[in-house]
Amino acid sequence: MKANCWYGKQDMRVVDVPDPNILNKKDAIVKVSSAAICGSELHLYNGFVPTMEQGDVMGHEFMGEIVEVGPEVKQRRVGDRVVVAFPISCGQCFFCKKELYSLCENTNPNAWMAEKFFGHSPAGIYGYSHLTGGFAGGQAEYVRVPFADVGTIKIENGFSDEQVLFLSDIFPTGYMAAEQCNIQPGDTVAIWGCGPVGQFAIRSAFLLGAERVIAIDRFPARLQMARNGGADTIDYEETDVYDTLMQLTGGRGPDSCMDAVGLEAHMPGLLYYYDRIKQAMMSESDRPIALRQAIMACRNGGTVSIPGVYGALIDKMPMGAVMNKALTIKTGQTHCQRYLKPLLDRIAHGDIDPSFVVTHRMRLAEAPQGFDMFNRKQDGCIKIVMTP
Amino acid sequence: MARRSLKRTVRKTAHGTRDNAQAAASRTGGRIMGSHASGESLHPGSSRNGSLSQEEMWAYGLGLFGIGLGLAELMVPRRLARMIGAPSRHDGLVRAMGLREIASGVGILTQRAPAAAVWSRVAGDAMDLACLGAAFMSNRSQRGRVALATAAVAGATLLDMITAQQLSRGIETRNDHMSLTAALIIDRPQQELYRHWRELTNLPTFMKHLVRIEVQDDRRSHWVAKGPARSTVEWDAEITEDRPHECIAWRSVEGSTVDHAGSVRFEPASGGRGTIVTAEMEYRPPLGTVGAAVSAWLGEDPSHTVKMDLRRFKQVMETGEVITTEGQPAGRVETTSWKYDRAIKR
Repeated sequence: MKANCWYGKQDMRVVDVPDPNILNKKDAIVKVSSAAICGSELHLYNGFVPTMEQGDVMGHEFMGEIVEVGPEVKQRRVGDRVVVAFPISCGQCFFCKKELYSLCENTNPNAWMAEKFFGHSPAGIYGYSHLTGGFAGGQAEYVRVPFADVGTIKIENGFSDEQVLFLSDIFPTGYMAAEQCNIQPGDTVAIWGCGPVGQFAIRSAFLLGAERVIAIDRFPARLQMARNGGADTIDYEETDVYDTLMQLTGGRGPDSCMDAVGLEAHMPGLLYYYDRIKQAMMSESDRPIALRQAIMACRNGGTVSIPGVYGALIDKMPMGAVMNKALTIKTGQTHCQRYLKPLLDRIAHGDIDPSFVVTHRMRLAEAPQGFDMFNRKQDGCIKIVMTP
Repeated sequence: MARRSLKRTVRKTAHGTRDNAQAAASRTGGRIMGSHASGESLHPGSSRNGSLSQEEMWAYGLGLFGIGLGLAELMVPRRLARMIGAPSRHDGLVRAMGLREIASGVGILTQRAPAAAVWSRVAGDAMDLACLGAAFMSNRSQRGRVALATAAVAGATLLDMITAQQLSRGIETRNDHMSLTAALIIDRPQQELYRHWRELTNLPTFMKHLVRIEVQDDRRSHWVAKGPARSTVEWDAEITEDRPHECIAWRSVEGSTVDHAGSVRFEPASGGRGTIVTAEMEYRPPLGTVGAAVSAWLGEDPSHTVKMDLRRFKQVMETGEVITTEGQPAGRVETTSWKYDRAIKR
C-alpha cells in the first residue's frame, strides 16, 4: 500500500510499504477514507521532536472502514465506518478508567524512553515518534488500530467524512482546551493561535458559554475564519497583544487564556530571536512565546489552558506571575476517547459543522506538498484533508 | 575462582508504607537503609549500611588520583610537560588543567552521588586528549612520549566512562553481583497476580529474555534464556520462598552456569487501587562491572529490563497480552526502529 513516511527534517515521501496486519487480539485494520495533516505534525516535520526514524508512517487524524478485526474485538465489526481517536488507550488501566485516556499506562511500549524525558510516559500515539510508541500512522491506505473497541467511534448517520473526521483530534482538542478554561457566564477567553485547534477552541468556548472570545494570530485568512466563528481578533504583528487585551477587558485581563500555539511560536521583535537562537543552539527545546504572553495577560486568579504541544524545556517561564496572580494552569494531550460520543452528538444536533475548517483537499500521494504548504501557511492553508 | 553463589532472601518486612518507601529508595539507586528489620541481610557477610559498591570505590580512587595529578600539574607544570614530551611553555594551560582535575576530584570525594563529578572527569579527559593531539602535531614535541601519555589518558578515560556510566545508571555491583529493582502498580487483585506469576511457564510471555521455563516439580524448574549471538543459556532454578498472594523468590541452584536470583512481592495499593508489584533481580554479569558496562553500550541495558518486564506483566494482566508494534508497516526494511524499540524487539 501507499503511505506517507518521514525521512528527515522537511523530508516526507509517499512510498510503498507492506499492508498492516492484526498484531494484537484487540486490533482492527481500517481502510482509510480520509486523513488530515495536524498542526502538531509540523513539529515532527521541522525536526523538533526527537526519536523519529526514517520510514515512520505519519498521521494521527484519520477515519475509514473496518476491514478486519482481531479475535477479541467485541463492539466493532467488519464494514463499520469509524473515526479513530489519536491516543491509543487500553480502556483497562487506572487512567483509562478515570477517562484520562491520553495517559494510558499500557500502550506505550517505549515507556522507558518517555520516562527519561518526562518522568512518566503518556499513552501511545499514531505516527508520532518512538517516544510515544513508534506506532505506524494513518496517512496511508490502511492502518492498524490497537484497542479498536476503545479507540474508535462508529459513524452511523449520513455525515460526510469532513463533518466527523476531526473528532479524531482537533475538535476534541479545542473542546477540551475550552473546557479546561472553566468558563463562567460573562467570561472573556483569549486564544493565542488561530490554526485548526484555535478555530475549534473559539467555537467550543462559545458552546460552553463564553461571552467573548479574543483570538490572536497574524495570518489574515486565519483571523477571518476566527471572526467567522464570532471572535474578536488581534493581529500581533500590528498591535501589542498585552496592551490591546487590557484595553478590551478594562485592564483586568481575560478570565482565561489559551495557548493553542505550542513550541514553534513566532513574534515580532528581538525576543523572538532570543528564543530562536537558544533553540538552534539546543539550550532550550521549545519557544514558549505565546505561553509567556498568555500568563502575563491572564487576569488574577484566572486559568491558562495549554493545548499547544511542548516537547521538553523552556526558558524564562514567568513563574512569578503564575504564583503571584494565583493562576491555574491546565494542559495535557487530549483525552480524545472521552469526547467522541458527546461531540458527535453536538454535530448531530447541529451545534457545529466541523467541516468549516477545511481549506484544502488533496490526494494522499500529494502529502509531501501538503506538508510544505501547511508549514509555510501558503495559500491561506489552515486544514488539509487527504483521500487515498 | 571460587564460585560465589547468591544467598539472597526476601526481606520479611511488614506490609505498608515503609516497604513502599524502600522500594522507592532502591528504585532511585538509593541504598536500602535499615531495611532488614528481621535481621536478614541481602548479602550475608557484608552489611549494606556504609559499605561501598565497586563503582563507588573506583570513583573514590579516581578522585584521589585526579587530585594528586592536579596538584602536580599546578605546582610543577614544566617538569610534567617535559615528562609527557609536550612543549614546556604552556604553564597556564597545564595549571588550568590541574585546577580542573582537583575540582573534579574534590567533587567526587565530597558528594553523596558522585556520578556527575565522574562525568566531569570524562569531559576533562576529552580536553586532555585534544591537547595531547595538538601536542602530537607540534614540532616541538617528543612524539614517543606524547603517544605514551595519550595511551595512559585513554586508559583513564575508559575507566572514567565505565565508572560514570554505572554510577549514573544506578547499577550497583557488589561482589560482582548486579541488583536491580522495579515497582509498578497493577490494577488487579494480589491473588490474581500471584497466581499468574507462580505459574512459572507464564514468565517468558512478559520476560523477553526468557525462551521457556519447564516446571519440574513444586520447587524446581529449568530455565532457558536468550544468550549472546542467538545462543541460549540454560540453568536449573528453585523456589526459595513462596508465600501465597504475597511473594515468590527463586534462585539458580548451586553449580548452574548462570548465577541468578529473583523475587517478586505483591502488596495492596492504598485505596483499593490495585497491587504494588515489586520485582528484584540479581545476577552476576559476565566479566563483572566491565561486562555490565559493555553490554549496556551494546543496548542490553539491564536497568531497563526489570522495569520493562513488569510493564509487560501489567499489560498482560490488565489488557490480556503484550502490546507490540513488531510487524507493522514502515518505509524501511525493519518494521520497528532498532534504535528505539529495543524493548519490543528483544
